[in-house]
Amino acid sequence: MKFKLSVLAAATAMAISPVSQASEVEVLHWWTSGGEAASVQFLKEKLNNEGVGWSDFAVAGGGGESAMTVLKSRAISGNPPTAAQIKGPSIQEWGDLGFLADINDVATDAGWDDLLPGVVSDVMKFEGKYVAAPVNVHRVNWLWANPEVFTKAGATIPTTWDDFMVQAQKLKDAGFVALAHGGQAWQDATVFEAVVLGVGGADYYQKAFVEGDMDALNSATTVEVFETFGQLRQFIDANSPGRDWNVATSMVINGEAGMQIMGDWAKGEFKVAGKNSGTDYVCVAAPGTSGSFTFNVDSFAFFNQSDAGKADAQKAMADAILSVEFQEVFNLNKGSIPARLGMDRAAFDSCAHDSMDAFVASSQTGGLVPSFAHGMAVSEAVSGAIYDTATNYFNSSDSAEEGAKQLVAAIAAAQ
Amino acid sequence: MFKYLENQLPKLVMAPTAIAMFVCMYGFIAWTVGLSFTKSRMMPQWDFVGLMQYEKLFANPRWMVALDNLWIFTFLFIVISLFLGLMLAIFLDRNVRAEGALRTIYLYPMAISFVVTGTAWKWILNPGLGIEKLVRDLGFTDFEFRWLVDQDMAIYTIVIAAVWQSSGFVMAMFLAGLRGIDDNLIKAAQIDGASTTRTYWHIILPMMKPVFFGAIVVLSHIAIKSFDLVQALTGGGPGYASDLPANFMYTFAFNRAQMGVGAASAVIMLCGVLAILVPYLYSELRSDKQ
Repeated sequence: MKFKLSVLAAATAMAISPVSQASEVEVLHWWTSGGEAASVQFLKEKLNNEGVGWSDFAVAGGGGESAMTVLKSRAISGNPPTAAQIKGPSIQEWGDLGFLADINDVATDAGWDDLLPGVVSDVMKFEGKYVAAPVNVHRVNWLWANPEVFTKAGATIPTTWDDFMVQAQKLKDAGFVALAHGGQAWQDATVFEAVVLGVGGADYYQKAFVEGDMDALNSATTVEVFETFGQLRQFIDANSPGRDWNVATSMVINGEAGMQIMGDWAKGEFKVAGKNSGTDYVCVAAPGTSGSFTFNVDSFAFFNQSDAGKADAQKAMADAILSVEFQEVFNLNKGSIPARLGMDRAAFDSCAHDSMDAFVASSQTGGLVPSFAHGMAVSEAVSGAIYDTATNYFNSSDSAEEGAKQLVAAIAAAQ
Repeated sequence: MFKYLENQLPKLVMAPTAIAMFVCMYGFIAWTVGLSFTKSRMMPQWDFVGLMQYEKLFANPRWMVALDNLWIFTFLFIVISLFLGLMLAIFLDRNVRAEGALRTIYLYPMAISFVVTGTAWKWILNPGLGIEKLVRDLGFTDFEFRWLVDQDMAIYTIVIAAVWQSSGFVMAMFLAGLRGIDDNLIKAAQIDGASTTRTYWHIILPMMKPVFFGAIVVLSHIAIKSFDLVQALTGGGPGYASDLPANFMYTFAFNRAQMGVGAASAVIMLCGVLAILVPYLYSELRSDKQ
């Protein structure tokens, strides 16, 4: 009897397991903080309603570095998750290694080519086929300012880098921290990126920092960029090294500092603090970059599945990500704008509207460029080299010429 | 038969451990060495490219900073820890009151992980929160102590935190050594008219040689492996001014998709450890034979 029971149990298990597997996706991501976690929850519920299970595989840690380490070990051991939060050129690297699943039929059915802007869909494709689905578009070149601080100091919000130095000096003289900043490599790189775009313009940015063109990198513009970047050293406070970005944002919120250069995820901090855009805080394009847009697109890449049921669940997930409801809810929580074009914008605030307009406008003028500080433009090796030089220069008293020389050498070595 | 089994049993019992050791230690060491000669980037790829990754490594200014930092850190960390540990041990050994309590206090930092040590010192050394603010609040408004945020001085803050953590442990080692010394020797020295300083310098310290040796080996491998302290205290910053080789290795192998360079740096670190361990093992094994 005992024997029979166990046989029965085994048979049932075999009968059941393909079914339960068929409708489940395992998703690796690092969206664990407040608003982000709520967005992921929404996607989970949406899939549950369609009969697809969700097995959460969250690995905490801001930039997703630990998540990537886990993903690599899972992939090497031949057991990758159904989908993972991967973005930018990394999608191509994973594609090259042969790990990614083709979800082109979902994309064709839903007409992704028409829904997504060209720059975004290019990133999602490997060898012409969709392998990933975008969830949002962040604009990185934002300047967040506290108007009250500016009034007190008798300064105006700057629109060029030259003006920035003048206004920042006024803030500093009035006893404020002019530029709220956290001394972490990626934040240094984020500010550096804004300076590159503001001083050098979109063409230079594209050539030097996306294509890695040595002539552009060796030009006088690079020295000029470092000159401006170096001038910013005097406008941050001594306590900045190691500070997290949201702590820097809170300095702007509580009137300790005048401005911060940070992507649109900073908006979430203002929102949580109960501040209104336009009155309590102002969002403008970083100095000299009003016609440009550095984009940072988050996306889920899909991994090859041996099980047909899992592959179906994967497709259901891809479809859900591009749905109007998900794109709206997710981006309202995250502060970004939807990757999908032509959506109703009533629910979004004025900063998001600016962002949407700039996105469309800059895509026509060539001002739409990928963010190198957020892994959208170049390989991890090259962006790492840029990080190293930017952060080293910003924390030293090296001259602009030295900075430019180090940058060229580091990029050449990493390519 | 039974006799045979009985003889073999220890070997049988030890076998799993030995196998695990060989695979997990030497196997992976060999694997890393192998990887360092390939062009591996995000994933291991077995295309051999000779010494290219080593050339890249030594052309990287960040690695050179990490190496320089390692020398500074290792030297200061060992010397200061030994000195403080020895002094504490000598004072405690001179029949002070409440020795038990004092010993526990000095040994306590050892019970704390490097991450906690690093975080605590990060706050203490932060100019806006810690010592600088305290002294300024006391009325010395010009006081400046900003090593933590100074690119040239950041590495010394790591030395401070590491010494704070480890000197108690060195004290315990020396204290055990001092207690092991025969009282008669000291008494004999006193009868011969040697001063206390002279007794310590010429009799007791030379007898502490094995303890010095043990302490140096333990401290130097702590220094070479240091990773969590840097991560918690400075995050390698400002810039990458306080990076140590272990942090460099982690960043390049796992975050930067440059596994080849990361493996090469790991091999160099291994060579560093071997340079210390091999002479030590050699002298240990030789003295065993005598």
